[in-house]
Amino acid sequence: MTATHEEPDPTQPDPYGASEAETSQGRVFTVTGQDWDTVVEGISETADERVVVNMGPQHPSTHGVLRLILELEGETVTEARCGIGYLHTGIEKNMEYRSWVQGVTFCTRMDYLSPFYNEATYVLGVERLLDIEDDIPEKAQVMRVLLMELNRISSHLVCIATGGMEIGALTVMTIGFRERELVLDLFELITGLRMNHAFIRPGGVAQDLPPGALDEIRDFIALMKKRLPEYAALCNANPIFKARLEGVGHLDTAGCLALGLSGPPLRAAGYPWDLRKTQPYSGYEEYDFDVQTWDTADAYGRFRVRLAEMWESLRIVEQCANRLSKLEGAPVMVADKKIAWPSQLAIGSDGMGNSLDHIRHIMGESMEALIHHFKLVTEGFRVPVGQAYVPVESPRGELGAHVVSDGGTRPFRAHFRDPSFTNLQATSVMSEGGMVADVIVAIASIDPVMGGVDR
Amino acid sequence: MSADKQVEQTTSTEVDEGTATTDSGVHGGGAPVRGVRTGMFGVSGTGDTSGYGGLVTPIVFPGASQRPYGGYFDEVADALFERLEATDLGGVGRGAIEKVVVHRGEVTFFVRREDLPFVAQMLRDDEKLRFEFCSGVSGVHYPDDTGRELHAVYHLLSMTHNRRIRVEVTCPDADPHIPSIVSIYPTNDWHERETWDFFGIVFDGHPALTRIQMPDDWPGHPQRKDYPLGGIPVEYKGGTIPPPDQRRSYN
Repeated sequence: MTATHEEPDPTQPDPYGASEAETSQGRVFTVTGQDWDTVVEGISETADERVVVNMGPQHPSTHGVLRLILELEGETVTEARCGIGYLHTGIEKNMEYRSWVQGVTFCTRMDYLSPFYNEATYVLGVERLLDIEDDIPEKAQVMRVLLMELNRISSHLVCIATGGMEIGALTVMTIGFRERELVLDLFELITGLRMNHAFIRPGGVAQDLPPGALDEIRDFIALMKKRLPEYAALCNANPIFKARLEGVGHLDTAGCLALGLSGPPLRAAGYPWDLRKTQPYSGYEEYDFDVQTWDTADAYGRFRVRLAEMWESLRIVEQCANRLSKLEGAPVMVADKKIAWPSQLAIGSDGMGNSLDHIRHIMGESMEALIHHFKLVTEGFRVPVGQAYVPVESPRGELGAHVVSDGGTRPFRAHFRDPSFTNLQATSVMSEGGMVADVIVAIASIDPVMGGVDR
Repeated sequence: MSADKQVEQTTSTEVDEGTATTDSGVHGGGAPVRGVRTGMFGVSGTGDTSGYGGLVTPIVFPGASQRPYGGYFDEVADALFERLEATDLGGVGRGAIEKVVVHRGEVTFFVRREDLPFVAQMLRDDEKLRFEFCSGVSGVHYPDDTGRELHAVYHLLSMTHNRRIRVEVTCPDADPHIPSIVSIYPTNDWHERETWDFFGIVFDGHPALTRIQMPDDWPGHPQRKDYPLGGIPVEYKGGTIPPPDQRRSYN
């Protein structure tokens, strides 16, 4: 605390200390650490209890760089607004200057907790424009579903883990990240990277499953079946956990639809809308799973929906593993050589690169193959004129890419309808009239990822 | 291009590339040309040595479709036109829909911009339509689509009927105004702010149309095609690589 804190010298202001200033908007206090005494003293001079607090953009419980502008009356929030844009990186603009395949490398970085969904919705849009939706090999489809469902588990784990941390349930955080690490290990084994994979490509996936991957996946499923009940045991009936979550951040079905909320908030309001069931893509209609709902429309319901969805994802992963065991050696890229990436990757003595077989072929055997490789890699393929929108059910809701082509080798425009961006609009309605501490719970129940919000 | 004048027209006549056909009152026509592509490989700056440097290819977007559209598209169109005909509100009628484009299994209704709120309200409330979920608006800038440079594209979802449609509205660069539909779809609040921020489309009637991603005092609208990507050349081992928008490209 600030028992030994000296008043800042007016000629030498402490850049990290609390300060106050008179502006045309009223008195402004700048508080960076545990200097609330300054504010309390300042306010106590006036009888007015109303205070506007800027929470963030640097605040651990705002999931990144979300800025909350809260108008408080005592401890009650009378108005809540979000300030976003602190993580805007111009991904959509940048994609207009790269080839269609390179676009995957950009959009995977948007919502960094669910990269495979970003890739999938973009790639599905490109494939629709190319009119090759029916030509994607079965193995590529199954691998996409496998990766997406593993990704749903890791994303929900982070949501539950950080949400728990924010209300003081630190054990939920530590075990959440412990399990997420296992999923990331699988990603690393299959794609070579823990995140930002750029693995789902137009026409299929970048690479076949590595040897031993199926065994690792089966081990993971077996382990998760033991570990997932721990979350239920820790949280489901925990009186503190329930007291913090129940009735907080209420938003019913009508509110969800008006504000465009999808995903767990909508399903926690009791509406079983899941694009994997209602508008299946990537062969989701072939898998056996249930849409999980809850009927309380609050933060607790959203937690329970996410917990139950991890079980469903595990079911799908298991089915994927069974299907993949029968698909050994099957192609993972579309047969059309004018679209398919020409080479497979392989691990050599100097790290990962184009497979030696492919290099031998283009450098020593076929001039035409070399030209073909060069054209596809430098120039890229052309995508017919038109526009497409193929949304997918990401862990946060409807994620869709509006992809526009002018017939060139680059996207004319790629816009992402990110569920975090849309769902965050519910902050005001979920937190106004409640306590400051409940704002944190309400936002955690939306599970916004600022990389996706700002893009 | 004859398409230039469409936006300002309030009558129901529309000639699109001189091949106007009518489809039960809906404006038909050829495919709209939104720019041209030159040369064999689309390179600019350096010469095209392929011998096809003088080649000029128009960029033709999918044109108006003829009935039947297929699938549920006909049902949606029927219900929409039925409701439009039943109303007679100062020019609103069948003319509100400029054309219907079916491409790659998706349907796009081009709506005259002044009629957008009316059509959106109908799409949301009519029991045969019931598009209760709007997935937001996305802007597209076509600099060569003279008179209709800015497009606002809305993706609508009917959970009741499990259908998706797209609504597209255009406005000229000189008069970048489109009516806001935030009062109908509150979710579009942030989406319209984003489209204003990135494209400079003014959504009239929006409760607080301010920038959302860029800083408040940012000049320009970054996603427009006339706004440069930016970037600096990068030196690596003696070589210099220009920024992405200045590299030799094949587009």
